[in-house]
Amino acid sequence: MDDKILKLKEEIENKLSDTVDLSELDKLRVSYLGKKGSITALLKGMKELAAEQKKAFGADVNKLKEFAAAKIEEKNNELKKKQVELEIKAMPKFDISSPAKCACGSYHPITLVQRQCETIFKSMGFTVEDYSEVVTDYECFESLNIPKHHPARDMQDTYYLENGQLLKSQTSAAQNAILRKYGPELIKNGTPIRAIFPGRCFRNEATDACHENTFFQMEGVMVDKNISISNLIYFMKTMLSEVFRKDINVRLRPGFFPFVEPGFELDISCLICGGEGCPSCKHSGWLELCPCGMIHPNVLREGGIDPDEYTGFAFGLGLTRLAMMKYEIKDIRDLNSGSLKALSQFTDDE
Amino acid sequence: MFLSMNWIEDFVDLSGIDKVELIHRFSLSTAEVENEIFFKGKDISGIVVAEIKSVEEHPKSKKLHLLKVDTGSGELTDVVCGAPNVRVGMKTAFAQLGAKIGEITIAPRELAGYTSYGMCCGESEIGISDDNSGIMEITDDVPLGTDIKSIYDVEDIIFEVDNKSLTNRPDLWGHYGIAREFAALAGRELKPLECTELSVYDNLPDVDMKIEDKLCKRYSTIKVENISRNISPVNIRIRLYYCGMRAINFLADLTNYLMLEMGQPMHAFDSRKVEKIRIKRFDAPFTFKTLDGVDRNIDENTLMICNGNTPVAIAGIMGGLDSEIVEDTTTLTLESANFDAVSIRKSTVRLSHRTDASMRYEKSLDPEMTIPAIGRFLFLLQKYDSGVKVVSRLTDEYAEKFPPVTLNFDQDFVDRYTGIKIDCDTIVNTLEGLGFKVALDNGNYTVDVPSWRITKDVTMNADIIEEITRIYGYDNFEVNTTLSPLYPVRMTAVKTNEEKIKDILVKKFNLHELHSYVWAYNDELKELGIETENNIKLANATNPNIETLRNSIIPTQLCQVKSNLSYAPEFGIFEIGRVVNGVDENNLCIENKKLAITLFSKTTNIKELYFRLRDILSFLSLDLKHTELTFSTAEPTHSYEHPVNLNKIILGSKEIGIMGIVHPVVNKNIDKKGNVVFAELDVDMFAESADKGITYNEPSKYPSMEYDLSLDIPAEIFYSDLKKCWDDEGKDILRNVSVIDTYDTETIHRITIRFEFSSNERTLSSAEVQEIIDNITANLSKINVTIPNYSS
Repeated sequence: MDDKILKLKEEIENKLSDTVDLSELDKLRVSYLGKKGSITALLKGMKELAAEQKKAFGADVNKLKEFAAAKIEEKNNELKKKQVELEIKAMPKFDISSPAKCACGSYHPITLVQRQCETIFKSMGFTVEDYSEVVTDYECFESLNIPKHHPARDMQDTYYLENGQLLKSQTSAAQNAILRKYGPELIKNGTPIRAIFPGRCFRNEATDACHENTFFQMEGVMVDKNISISNLIYFMKTMLSEVFRKDINVRLRPGFFPFVEPGFELDISCLICGGEGCPSCKHSGWLELCPCGMIHPNVLREGGIDPDEYTGFAFGLGLTRLAMMKYEIKDIRDLNSGSLKALSQFTDDE
Repeated sequence: MFLSMNWIEDFVDLSGIDKVELIHRFSLSTAEVENEIFFKGKDISGIVVAEIKSVEEHPKSKKLHLLKVDTGSGELTDVVCGAPNVRVGMKTAFAQLGAKIGEITIAPRELAGYTSYGMCCGESEIGISDDNSGIMEITDDVPLGTDIKSIYDVEDIIFEVDNKSLTNRPDLWGHYGIAREFAALAGRELKPLECTELSVYDNLPDVDMKIEDKLCKRYSTIKVENISRNISPVNIRIRLYYCGMRAINFLADLTNYLMLEMGQPMHAFDSRKVEKIRIKRFDAPFTFKTLDGVDRNIDENTLMICNGNTPVAIAGIMGGLDSEIVEDTTTLTLESANFDAVSIRKSTVRLSHRTDASMRYEKSLDPEMTIPAIGRFLFLLQKYDSGVKVVSRLTDEYAEKFPPVTLNFDQDFVDRYTGIKIDCDTIVNTLEGLGFKVALDNGNYTVDVPSWRITKDVTMNADIIEEITRIYGYDNFEVNTTLSPLYPVRMTAVKTNEEKIKDILVKKFNLHELHSYVWAYNDELKELGIETENNIKLANATNPNIETLRNSIIPTQLCQVKSNLSYAPEFGIFEIGRVVNGVDENNLCIENKKLAITLFSKTTNIKELYFRLRDILSFLSLDLKHTELTFSTAEPTHSYEHPVNLNKIILGSKEIGIMGIVHPVVNKNIDKKGNVVFAELDVDMFAESADKGITYNEPSKYPSMEYDLSLDIPAEIFYSDLKKCWDDEGKDILRNVSVIDTYDTETIHRITIRFEFSSNERTLSSAEVQEIIDNITANLSKINVTIPNYSS
């Protein structure tokens, strides 16, 4: 083998072992294998050799070329690997435990509870209705079979306005309008009336930790042929179990409300003790939750529906009460306080 | 109302039945029973009748006496006693050694040097009255050594029914009505009331009585002389006490007893004071002293019982002081009457005086009850005071009867309403147990409603369902879902929009939802320098501060900003609520649902805050309607609006609200350093506006071209003016225009706009793009917008 070749091979080996970075290696590659590189130069110098020497020299130079290329590739891989290792080492350890920055708005707790209820009722085929806050005496009382001299009409309970209208004292004030809105379809096509109507109600009373003059209720009605007390119990039990996300027992007791007959007070098994008896249910195992009943024939009739042909049930859930139960809010006045310190805590709760 | 189980058992045999369980069933079937049930006298034992044989002064005490008492055993017991009423020969209640009174067991006890081997008891110590004036006096006829529990009804189960749950049951305001329910629940017979037969007095003269006012439905009366008894029998007093009333005197006690027994309020007049009963109202107001000694103002609407022309009682509420039964009363004129329920309730409210009688009358009592109540009263009077003499016939004026009610329905009706099968025997037994008369013919029921249920309670078929089902027991119901067909639930646009708005404001813009009141708070607004604007008012506001309904949520929110200043240096709040803006041509309130947003910041300058709010509103419109909002300058109409930068919010072509900056005066009153901006829009109008939806533009396969223009903009020119310069020049290839840079000094307002061109059909040529740009720059120069010359 030619001396030049041997020398060059030795030089390449030495230089490669001294190389520590990739740009140096690239320069090295160019200096041996580039167009003007020393190996390329050897090949160019071949034309001065005799023909018989050319073949052997050519083969030797090509071997050297392959050797150099392989060695450089090997070094290249080695340096790349080192570089990645260095990059990894260079990454600092971040403090994952530092406080997260997620600025967030908040919903009013009534919105959260109302949405939960609406979702459940929608899934059971109930439409969600909206209704005005200022209503007429007819809407709030007369259409609901509340006679002229019923105590519920007393000035001390209801906010009356100068023009004779009033601030609705119960969500039932929408019942007549809803019966009239969906009644024709019930009668014509047999589409049952299933509706809930959440809303704000007003009572003219002094406020304290347990009493507010402004609060939310959610009324529900279902009307069809053959709606029975048995159906009422089924719906209340099913829906309330969903609302409280546990299997709830319900019991009905007679309760008097002019717009239902029979009317009931509905109790649920105590959420704390499950019915065993504890201080929060006064050791009875039951919590009084909501009034309900079979819609009074006069109310159906007033809504344009023949009570001899159709029956229905209605119930009234206290959304404010539910929110207080769910979030353990002790003072009802917190809800309308407008206090962000209190209310900004209610982020989403689906 | 407290109820005595002993009393109930006078009228129905409940032997062999768990009483507590029955009370529980009553609570589920009839009316709500309070949780605590009282087992009276259970903790009393070993108290017997004893006679005081001797009384000596205690040498060391002025109060104490040394007694020897005889319990009939033949041996005398030494007792030290502090009661003032001890005397030789007196029979009293004696707690022997080993006797139990509540927690105490009687044992020998040293009292000032003498040992007492037992205790003489007062009524309050035994728990049968609140009389603690001395030891109990027991009548002579009782043998010594008798356990007092065997002569007196010390033991009883007392439970309390929530009065509110009896609102619609006038028949349940006495023990007899309650007993009827218990009989029906237990399936036992209700015993008839023992009454004196009144027809035997038919030959006696009438009481001079006349109803002169239609508010009196019925008045029954009878006159009795020769009354000698003054103190009621112990058992009557115990029952009154256990049921929450105090014993007064025999006649007063007996009227109260009758009221608690039958639910019929009664009044006993001293016949010396009342000879000519007239029931009427007076034309002019006057004051009247009731038997509790209070002077009350009587107006022309209050029905009065009079002796001739002199008022002696407020009808149905309370008797007068002058005619009440006193110590020496020996003759009485008994009132058993029925009055108009609404009139009694209104009088009660006017007088602010609710009594046990008025509470009952206002429930619409059964007028058929007045005569049996007199028969019952006489029966008890004659039983306990045998010398009494009836001196008048029963005098009764029945001015107005309730029409009888008969209901007809069939088995199918019951099945449909209940959703379960209740067989006809059960139905008939239940109704008959409650006093209904039932005829059943081939599945068809004809039911006569008893008089005590027709006054307000049972008047139609649906009412019968309640009677059947409550006694059947709701706990026994089979629970079934409906067979109604299912349909997709369609949500209203308002509802869906409202919920999405809330989500966007909370989750994207970090706003807080607050609630507030529907009225304006005058005082709080005044503090901010805002006058409450004229609007419809509450007619019966108890607080003048909150009598005017609000016409906007913004002032409320400004108050909320002020009260939350300590919460954070920067926050935003919103509310979806209702406001009223006067009345329409039919005098009905014009009510609107509004979304109000207020942003407050001490750290963001007013311009940035203003645009933050603008961007929130724009996002709502883009996200929910796929439509750009536009704004146009508005003139201020409210004191809290800054006259500059006040804008109408326009969606499509409709003005849906207003946004602006708070007036500097109000702003300073809220906070000197903070900036406040607000917006309010009509949620219904927003919801009604159609959502344009998404229109898909296929991305071009050909390269797009960008062209940037820097523009120097004179002060009076707005972006909306610039926009007009290219809106009609795009020739379908100007796809997007965006502001990529702004540069502001005191004199220069410069922005850089990037125009993006592309076509889906071809590669664009520079020439066609340049042509459009040239047109645009020409338009711009017409409004004095120039391209800066950087070389100069």
